[in-house]
Amino acid sequence: MSRLIRMDQSGHTTLAQWTADDPEAVEAAVATFREELDRGYFAMVSTGEGQAEQVRELPVGAELVIMRLPISGG
Amino acid sequence: MVWTAITVAHVVPFIAAGIVLFLVQPLALPVSLASFAHAWVIPELYAQRGANVVRVGGGRFIRAPADAEARSVGLLGDLVGHEARALHAQTGLVLERGRLGAWLVGPAGALLVRPGGRRVACYCVGVNDPALPSGDRIAHLLLALRADEEGFATVANLAFSGARWRVRRRLAPIMRPALDAGVAAARRLDTRAMP
Repeated sequence: MSRLIRMDQSGHTTLAQWTADDPEAVEAAVATFREELDRGYFAMVSTGEGQAEQVRELPVGAELVIMRLPISGG
Repeated sequence: MVWTAITVAHVVPFIAAGIVLFLVQPLALPVSLASFAHAWVIPELYAQRGANVVRVGGGRFIRAPADAEARSVGLLGDLVGHEARALHAQTGLVLERGRLGAWLVGPAGALLVRPGGRRVACYCVGVNDPALPSGDRIAHLLLALRADEEGFATVANLAFSGARWRVRRRLAPIMRPALDAGVAAARRLDTRAMP
């Protein structure tokens, strides 16, 4: 089961869950994913130990997709 | 190198002035001592500014509820290995090895121990939501760092760069083991691979 989560004030919120063989769940996850991008979030996927990648499309095969806010210098 | 030059530019004139004053007029010893004190204090103030990037508290953030904090730390724990998880529990900082050196990531900034472990750069960087729990703050920085290390160092504000010992003295005692771990990790990095 893949998960789309957003880091927020509650710790994190699970926005969508899907499996690749469930088109309806994938479609709902993609819609939610795009809404989060439109709200200004960045989508991150771990690509190995100590590595992550920012994605613009929902990677349906990823186990965990994390939405994060932009960072800035303090 | 710029930071070293700045430190030298502050220290050398004050030391020289203190020596010259004493040689010209030994009765000016108190003024000479004041000059030496300036030479010591100015780099220390810069180092304090650097260490402040990982300082916790100070009213910058709204304290998150305990359950939100626990959830955020749980997610952070899923992103890092056992060693980094244990270090975070002990010190509040997460150790992350990168191409530029060993990073120690906190909720509002990061320390970069350069390969070799002698120099530390202190970066002020964070996410603009004061109500986020601390684990999420670190996770934001960690993911950004992992995705684009050089971009991360560019976005972040460099608050200080200098000798490790200057930063270590100014860190909260509870965070010093994290710096020691970062130095150990940085010593193992191949300096030839450094950009």
